[in-house]
Amino acid sequence: MRRLRDALPLLPFGVFLTIFLIIPTVTVIVSAFYLDGVFSLQRIGLLFSETALAALGKSVLLSASTAAIGAILGAVLAWLVVSSPPTSVLRRVVLSLCSVLAQFGGVALAFAFLATIGLNGVLTLWVSDRFGFNLAGDGWLYSLRGLILVYTYFQIPLMVIVFTPALEGLRAEWREAAVSLGASRWAYWREVGFPLLMPAFLGSALLLFANAFAAYATAAALVSQGSPIVPLLIRTALTSEVVLGQSGFAYALALEMVVVVAVVMVAYNLLVRRTSRWLQ
Amino acid sequence: MKNVRLISAVAAAVVLAAAACAPPEKDSGGDKTSSGTPAGQATSAADFGGMDGLIAAAKKEGELNVIALPPDWANYGALIKAFGDKYGIKVNSAQPDASSQEEINAANQQKGRSTAPDVFDLGQSVALANTGLFAPYKVATFDSIPAGMKDPNGTWVNDYGGYMAIGYDSAKVPDMSTVDDLLKPDYQGKVALNGDPTQAGAAFSGVAMVALSQGGSTDDIAPGVAFFTKLKQAGNFVPVDPTPATIESGQTPVVIDWDYLNAAQTKKLPSWKVFVPQGAVLGGYYFQAINKDAPHPAAARLWQEFLYSDQGQNLYLAGGARPVRADAMVKSGTIDSAAYEKLPPVSGTPVILNQAQTDKANKYLADNWAKAIG
Repeated sequence: MRRLRDALPLLPFGVFLTIFLIIPTVTVIVSAFYLDGVFSLQRIGLLFSETALAALGKSVLLSASTAAIGAILGAVLAWLVVSSPPTSVLRRVVLSLCSVLAQFGGVALAFAFLATIGLNGVLTLWVSDRFGFNLAGDGWLYSLRGLILVYTYFQIPLMVIVFTPALEGLRAEWREAAVSLGASRWAYWREVGFPLLMPAFLGSALLLFANAFAAYATAAALVSQGSPIVPLLIRTALTSEVVLGQSGFAYALALEMVVVVAVVMVAYNLLVRRTSRWLQ
Repeated sequence: MKNVRLISAVAAAVVLAAAACAPPEKDSGGDKTSSGTPAGQATSAADFGGMDGLIAAAKKEGELNVIALPPDWANYGALIKAFGDKYGIKVNSAQPDASSQEEINAANQQKGRSTAPDVFDLGQSVALANTGLFAPYKVATFDSIPAGMKDPNGTWVNDYGGYMAIGYDSAKVPDMSTVDDLLKPDYQGKVALNGDPTQAGAAFSGVAMVALSQGGSTDDIAPGVAFFTKLKQAGNFVPVDPTPATIESGQTPVVIDWDYLNAAQTKKLPSWKVFVPQGAVLGGYYFQAINKDAPHPAAARLWQEFLYSDQGQNLYLAGGARPVRADAMVKSGTIDSAAYEKLPPVSGTPVILNQAQTDKANKYLADNWAKAIG
């Protein structure tokens, strides 16, 4: 009874979780196999078609590269921020700017890039007038390379936000202790700093991966032809008014995304277990 | 303290549960009409005892749910406002930028709720694949709609249409007159198509129109796809979905789209010119239908009467679209002739793809489009 009463405050959270996470996930899994009263592996089979595999490859490449770039550059920026005193204007400006930019995705962001360095962007036209050089080139902004650039734009600030608390947790005493034992600056980072920060760093990087993997609106506004990544392919399957009856394929693709994220989370857990052994 | 936590938790749970619940269910049959048939089964205004009965029944419902009607598309902004003002009925316009398939998805997902769409405005493929969801209804002007453009029972009726056209900003790019002009270096990085042809009906028709200009036919869309490959290789194709924002800011100075959508841009951007390429006149009409589970069945029927009235048809025309009753209205002299003369001139015989031809072209596009522009 007591236990029940203690668990009760969690009830709203549980209800929330059921409605917005468990039910949709179960719907996706069931519908990928079982639609209109028929069990079939045909939709899963479609995942191995050329189109679907290419989209998955590009999605993973996009998410992994922007997570890596975002995590490294974001961590360096966070370190620079933390090194400045808490009262410094720079620190406050960078942190508040990051909070804004990390949420600055979607159509607005895509349009900002289009209008600046797209084929008819302001900067593109200016540079080509002045220097005769075509910044937009072959239209790379509308391809995977463009998506990587645009995604990085919101990945770096997000990394700063999630990684700064971990850096702040590094106590000055630890460095002082290491130095007093004769450690060089490099030795301190190699033996103490990096191992301590590694779980937080990997965790943040995986958050960035998931963030990019599921991002939809930015890509939708930037690339309207050919559905190169999985979220766009799901859109096509659900909303196409030309090729009909593909909603089952959309469920299968959604299941594929769930599986990828699950694999990433398991890998992350294994990594964290390994690194936390180090810390004991 | 603990009790406070408990109470607030329960309260929060109740609020959440209430929020998660669906809006109240509505009796989808609607009120009985004067003749005794439920409004949801009425097949003409006569079932309501005439137009006055229909108007009274619709007013009693008070609301109409429309979906996927962008205000700048075929003048729907003005149509919705005129209908609301004329009958005092509140029009709820959901997801203006949704596709035809999303209209059907919404009807299925919200079936039985007061928020479900009452009426559809669909592309050909989606409309013909879902006739089981429609309620047959004949508007007062049903007889003046050409026979090929309606289901004999009024399950669906074409409402407006147009021809595939090329629009361009004459302030930013040189004048053009043929599809082949698009390949010229002047249009480097400037030519956009309204959507992905494997997704959007307008883009599909754009590729079909280009195919006609390149020696293809209604049965052969391949030359159109090959042309876009050339366009892409020339560096002229911009893979951006054109919107009023991209057009006004100059990101998409050349757009292949329906003539009425292109014409709507001219109002905002006077230098925007529109032409229908000679010898590649591809027509397409949209399909109007009533949801058989419409939460406001009388209002849905009144909306049809309004759209097919001279007033409604002229409002389509004012938006640059060709109303389905245009020929009859020219004959009876009720057409808005100033607007009718402003439509882009068409030279050549217009063609419209039938469903079998569309299916065949769809299949070819699904297999080849991504590769062609990849």
